[in-house]
Amino acid sequence: MLLYLTRRLLWMLLELVGISLVTFVLTYLVPADPARLYAGPHASIQTVQQMRHQLGLDQPLWLQYVDYLWRLLHLDLGISWEFHTPVLQAILNRLPATAELALGGVAFELLIGVPLGLLAALKPRGLIDRLGMGLTILGISTPPFVMSYLLIYLIWFKLGLFESGGYGDPLPLYLFLPALALGLSGAAFYARLLRTTMQDILRAEYVRVARAKGLGLHLVVLRHALPNAFNVLLTQLGLDIGFFLAGVLVVEVPFSWPGIGRQAWEAISNLDVPLILGTVLFGAVSILLANIVVDIAYALLDPRIRYN
Amino acid sequence: MDLQAPGGPGIGSPAGGAVPPAPPALHPAAEADTAALDAVAGKAALGYWRRAWRRFRRDRFALAGAAIVLLLVIVAIFASRIAPYDPSYEDPNGLTMLGAPLPPSPGHWLGTDTNGRDTLSRIIYGAQVSLLVGLVGNGLAGLIGLIAGSLAGYFRGWVDTAISRIIDIFLAFPVYLLALALVAVLNPSVQTVIGIIVVAYWTTSARIIRGQVISLRERDFVEAARSLGQGELPILFRHIYPHILATLVVYITLSIASTVVFESGLTYLGVGVPHGTPSWGGTISDNQQALTTAPWLVFGPGAAIMLTVLGFNLLGDGLRDALDPYQE
Repeated sequence: MLLYLTRRLLWMLLELVGISLVTFVLTYLVPADPARLYAGPHASIQTVQQMRHQLGLDQPLWLQYVDYLWRLLHLDLGISWEFHTPVLQAILNRLPATAELALGGVAFELLIGVPLGLLAALKPRGLIDRLGMGLTILGISTPPFVMSYLLIYLIWFKLGLFESGGYGDPLPLYLFLPALALGLSGAAFYARLLRTTMQDILRAEYVRVARAKGLGLHLVVLRHALPNAFNVLLTQLGLDIGFFLAGVLVVEVPFSWPGIGRQAWEAISNLDVPLILGTVLFGAVSILLANIVVDIAYALLDPRIRYN
Repeated sequence: MDLQAPGGPGIGSPAGGAVPPAPPALHPAAEADTAALDAVAGKAALGYWRRAWRRFRRDRFALAGAAIVLLLVIVAIFASRIAPYDPSYEDPNGLTMLGAPLPPSPGHWLGTDTNGRDTLSRIIYGAQVSLLVGLVGNGLAGLIGLIAGSLAGYFRGWVDTAISRIIDIFLAFPVYLLALALVAVLNPSVQTVIGIIVVAYWTTSARIIRGQVISLRERDFVEAARSLGQGELPILFRHIYPHILATLVVYITLSIASTVVFESGLTYLGVGVPHGTPSWGGTISDNQQALTTAPWLVFGPGAAIMLTVLGFNLLGDGLRDALDPYQE
């Protein structure tokens, strides 16, 4: 287990270096000259040269990359061109909103997806199965931003329920619709995933043994099948949390949600490249961390992985 | 999504997948026998595709998916003949006296947008860019995935390690944010969108193909070809790729569904298809402030996206069931 952990963490470090390499290259593709941007539009050529030297832009490329890595190690993601504050600070300011939405989204995924998947698996080709699986196809086919507008229009505008906007009210009515928009397509996916997993498990030998020794179907499902199916769900759940924490633009934008995704999106119009790339990096790390947590949890739950 | 090895040409018989018998001769001169071997394989291949078609024909959902996709392709190709108006034509009578979009009427079936343009015509033309981007993007991503995946799966060792790690790195990027960064650096254009799709999607196809190649290269018929003295490339092209073809077709079909969502999302965010080109995501973002007064402007193109995604998903699922009789 310790060997597995070390190896996994070492790979993660390597992947981090790879990710930083990509974002570093991207900063180099920026058409604007950062030295001129920092020096201001009216600066003299001397000042720009001085700024270039200050920023280390006259150094060889590899040295600049080492310097970049060094700054990343100290959690220095640069300064936002728009806010003139550290990028990390700008991201952390918006992170609570993104985290709130992520939790809400995951909650809806589970609350809708798990019961639907279970009921469909227990009675294949029954009414719930047919109806539910038909609905899940629709859920998977709807882009999150269309789903957002659908919910805003039908539930908020037509029915007058919940809120569209109003982030930060004491009563979190504002969370319901964005979280539902975020969670619905995932819920559809979970239902289908759980249905196929459960069907596979219910055909397994240990389930047949449990049934043969006289255990009722519900007990078998509860005690034998469900815990195994949850392993699969857990993996997906971990990955989803990683992705959601990276900021789901296609839900944050239609709901004007003050999360890190929308902040990066707004940074486009000001060409605030450090802020956008900082958010990319932040998101990548969040996804990577989620991956590793899932892997470790999986190895703890399933001994077969550790010896592979 | 887990795509298993489909029963490719030559192993299509349901009786446990009978592999074409390898000639007993191990001498290099046995090359001549491969012609006979191919003849057998070719004959079996015909039977495989014919059986697949028969399975496909019986699948109502798959047929519905195929019909939707066919309809979309026709609409995209003949957009200029089908659309009642030019998509950029701003009808002088296209707005109400207060300057609001017109509701659906016989003159404008889906009403007009906030600029007085015919919504239906814009949706019809929007099919062009969505399909183009989906097809080209997935074609390129599939090609890169095919090359990277077969290198990793066939040669294993350090090649596999390197490629797999690169895939992991790419998979860790939040794709919409990466697209923002790319567009901030480059410029929004159809080529940029295709580039973003390739960057975001080559990894999945590479992973699937890697898995397939790994399991195929250990099979007896590949071993047989190797012992007959065939080179690595001929083995890949003649013995491994034909078996992957079905998987790749299924994968690309399903993947187009996912890229249509992705592209419309990028365009909605203003970092996808440029503004001048009629597109579904663009129509939604242009008119989203009219959501409560003119909902057709958001839900018309929204429905077009959903229908497209549904069509490709149904077609892909149907193709998988038809091409891979062993799965479930």
